[in-house]
Amino acid sequence: MATTTEEAAAQATDAVHPMLPGTDASGSAVGMPQLVFETFPNQIFWLLVTLVVIYLVLSRIALPRIGGVLAERAGTISNDLATAEELKLKAKAAEATYTRALADAKTEAGKIVAAAKAEIQADLDVATAHADAEIAAKTAESEGRIGEIRAGALEAVNTVARDTAAEIVATFGGRADAGAIDAAVAERIKG
Amino acid sequence: MATEEAAGGLAFHPMDQFLVRPLFGGTEINWYTPTNVTLWMGLTVLAIVLVLVVGSRGRAIVPSRMQSIAELTFGMVHKMLEDITGKEGLKYFPYVMTLFCFIVFANFIGLIPTSFSTTSHIAVTAVLAMLVFLGVTILGFVKNGAHFLGLFWVSSAPLPLRPVLAVIEVISYFVRPVSHSIRLAGNVMAGHAVIKVFAGFAAIAAIAPVSILAITAMYGLEVLVALIQAYVFTILTCVYLKDALHPGH
Repeated sequence: MATTTEEAAAQATDAVHPMLPGTDASGSAVGMPQLVFETFPNQIFWLLVTLVVIYLVLSRIALPRIGGVLAERAGTISNDLATAEELKLKAKAAEATYTRALADAKTEAGKIVAAAKAEIQADLDVATAHADAEIAAKTAESEGRIGEIRAGALEAVNTVARDTAAEIVATFGGRADAGAIDAAVAERIKG
Repeated sequence: MATEEAAGGLAFHPMDQFLVRPLFGGTEINWYTPTNVTLWMGLTVLAIVLVLVVGSRGRAIVPSRMQSIAELTFGMVHKMLEDITGKEGLKYFPYVMTLFCFIVFANFIGLIPTSFSTTSHIAVTAVLAMLVFLGVTILGFVKNGAHFLGLFWVSSAPLPLRPVLAVIEVISYFVRPVSHSIRLAGNVMAGHAVIKVFAGFAAIAAIAPVSILAITAMYGLEVLVALIQAYVFTILTCVYLKDALHPGH
């Protein structure tokens, strides 16, 4: 009796809340919901709708746009690279010009230095020659004066020696004639 | 599943997340009924539009983050298709891109907690795989005529071996859609179910920390799987397309 009531109750519940395909009375899945074939037409239908929508969105809007952006970017990059190459060549040309200018300036500077050096050398030579001449003149003059002084000194020595000799001879009581004394002194001084 | 509910108040319903339910009540599921399948596929479309259309709206030479994602996706699939099928395969780029975008976005959206994974259903992946299989087969015959059958006749093998190889090649050709679809649905479903099982264990306080760590680890793995399975599905599509365009080994 009890069982029939339960069954009846269960049937009543079923009638009011029919079960979802693939579930038991508690609403849990029985086995794999993947294998409940009642749901297949529904899934396949909505999948096809989804795929068609995705295909239309992609092929009409997204893919041409992204492809265009990528192509544009590739174009921009290759353009920029070409420009960079051109600028590089220009920079190289500028560098060559600069190097040439630098070399020219260096040569020019060398020439100026050489000219200045030559001028200075010439001035120096003239000044040196002038100084040499002056020095030679001064030396000659000094030598003349020294010779004079030496000659004077020699004369003085002779006179002093003769006088001294005459005085000494006189002191010893001798008489000496001037000629003998002169000869003796001259001999001694020479010796 | 009700039998497992018994011990210690543990309730394991790892498969409940895959149930197809009508969105607006009721239990009848007709082919046109708006269900959670409709909702999550719609969200997938929305996500694709957001990333690929709204994200690339700027058309900037120096891309924004969103545009970078769109461009990377575009570039990856485009390069894959060109590398495998050559220049003549690029005609089919929108189709391949549609497949890749649907699978990758559906996989990632399916990773949102309490969401519904559309790609975990064999009905969905089987349709995707059959579309590829039928498309490639028809394309092969249209492009090459009977010469397409050369795909099964391995002319580089010794003559006595060729009939045997032909049988193997035919079998492997027809197994393609099966493996193609079950691989994707199986990976997604298994990962999600395992996470749910770990979550069920979290009801026991002593195990909860381990359980949460395990869920975190599985989730990380699932993120990888979501991308890798979409990649694998797409690359296999490209390989099959190559067979249709250039049959013969």
